[in-house]
Amino acid sequence: MSDTTTLDSPVARIAREAAITSSRESDEGPASRTRRGATRSARPPRLVFGSWWWALPGVVLVVAVHYVATAAGGVFAFTNWSGIGGFEWTGLDNFTRIMREQASLRAVGNTLLLAFGSVVLSNVTGLLLALGANRVVKTRHVLRLLFFMPVVLSPLAVAFIWKFVFDYAGPVNAVLSSVGLDAWARAWLGDPATALWAILIVLVWQNTGFAMVIYMAGLAAVPGEIEEAAALDGAGLRQRFWHVVLPSIMPAVAISTTLGLVNGLRVFDQILALTGGGPAGATETLATAVYRQAFSLGDFGYGAALALILTLIILALAITQQYLTGARHEED
Amino acid sequence: MFRYTKLTLLREIVLWIVAIAFLLPFYFLLTTAFKTDAEVYGSSPLALPQSPGFEAFLDVLSAGDRAVLRGLASSVLITAGSIGGLVLLGSLAGYVISRRTGRRSRGAYYLFLVAILLPTQLGTVPLYIGARALGLTGTMWGMIVLYTAMLLPLAIFLYAGFFRSLGTEYEEAAAVDGATRAQIFFRIVLPLMSSATGTVAILAGLIIWNDFFTSLIFLGGSESQTLPVAMYYYIGSLVSRWNAIFAIVIISMIPILAFYLFAQKRFITGFAGGLKG
Repeated sequence: MSDTTTLDSPVARIAREAAITSSRESDEGPASRTRRGATRSARPPRLVFGSWWWALPGVVLVVAVHYVATAAGGVFAFTNWSGIGGFEWTGLDNFTRIMREQASLRAVGNTLLLAFGSVVLSNVTGLLLALGANRVVKTRHVLRLLFFMPVVLSPLAVAFIWKFVFDYAGPVNAVLSSVGLDAWARAWLGDPATALWAILIVLVWQNTGFAMVIYMAGLAAVPGEIEEAAALDGAGLRQRFWHVVLPSIMPAVAISTTLGLVNGLRVFDQILALTGGGPAGATETLATAVYRQAFSLGDFGYGAALALILTLIILALAITQQYLTGARHEED
Repeated sequence: MFRYTKLTLLREIVLWIVAIAFLLPFYFLLTTAFKTDAEVYGSSPLALPQSPGFEAFLDVLSAGDRAVLRGLASSVLITAGSIGGLVLLGSLAGYVISRRTGRRSRGAYYLFLVAILLPTQLGTVPLYIGARALGLTGTMWGMIVLYTAMLLPLAIFLYAGFFRSLGTEYEEAAAVDGATRAQIFFRIVLPLMSSATGTVAILAGLIIWNDFFTSLIFLGGSESQTLPVAMYYYIGSLVSRWNAIFAIVIISMIPILAFYLFAQKRFITGFAGGLKG
């Protein structure tokens, strides 16, 4: 997913990996091992797959960049380090400052609004498009190609296109004035009342194609016979959707919403390009606040504290969300 | 039962109307980039260019000591280098965790598993300080190492999934013929994994090519800044010369779009299937 283009990966995989591992372990229980040993004893070169130290370079890199760096970030969050020289332990000072500062609380609110808003809207539109382009529609592959296109583009480049669309001298206002609604024209990204909503539109535009593709794959797996049987039994379109289609695509819903949520919470590129967090902090998110505090203002301790909060929100929501969709899926 | 009816035709038409509205931003992108400066400021943003020309593109390519072209070159080298690192280290580690059941290999498996869960935000600040201390910020090699490390868990699990679906017959046959472990891996197993390598290359390549945040922090202002960073700084100096801004946006999109149209099926299935594991 575009922005999607995530460096993180879904919790979905974890569950699946764990399932694969456990099944593999049971496959290779002691019984099968002895059996294999017995049949192979005739062949001298016993098969050994690689060597554990082949994974060592990967282990070293992952430990340094994922574990040590993250742990160090957690430590910095409780200091007043500026990035150079020494630092002092400040306990929870950074966190009480976040709670006190209106700007930081606003960044938390904006982050949550953009993440949830974009997930809900892009998944609803993505699902509608996938349902529309399902089965018999002849041009479905071309439609999929077109709607998915924004997903592969860089969020930064996409943001610059939309900056023009929302510009005071841009297309939105030109259309409004051509239909006599001059009074509505405004600098959409420069107005604190509309800037955040404009950014939400950009996020939804770029992520819809990803949701659509996931749902198209999910829908392709819904057995046509069941739907036909339901239709023959007199189930209407709506009933078929709620009772046949939706339950069978719950795994797709889980994947698409988890990924969308994690990416939505990290939104950075689009904000920096569209508004820079302005006007007056109206579109600041946690990711842009971390950047501003740590890298522009050199307040590494405070930036790390904001990053710690962002990390905890991502982990908590990803796990809860996985649990909810997973649990609902189990019931069916 | 599900035949092509008049209703389906109607559905198809509605979908195309939605698609055209959806793609309108690309209309503005293309028409504006080919306008002259006077037209950008003088004509309606909805109008087609009067005398379409490449002036904006030529401007952008030569401006600022060819910053855009150098950004393009950096992006190509950094993306290619990182993909190389990910394919080599990711396939080796993925092979180990999917085939071996020893204690150390199991340990590595759980280590990579947790790394996939950990969000990278919190590590960015210490990573920057560490890289600065080692003199790796602002260098292409530092960036390649960093991207390789950041995306390695993803590459490892993509490979591990593919290795699991491959039976062990080839390895057994090669072992009987006296091939060493390294020969078995590099000459038999890895060549069979070209579709895994393709998925890793597409997914990781796209993420790295489009990444702005990491390269802004680690390469911002340096000689080897990538295209998104060069684009960000250059556009900052353009105020509202939209023809020039869109020229550079188009230049940055061409390589990805060319790849996308060329290998669309691979892209869509690799992207959707790869990310969901």
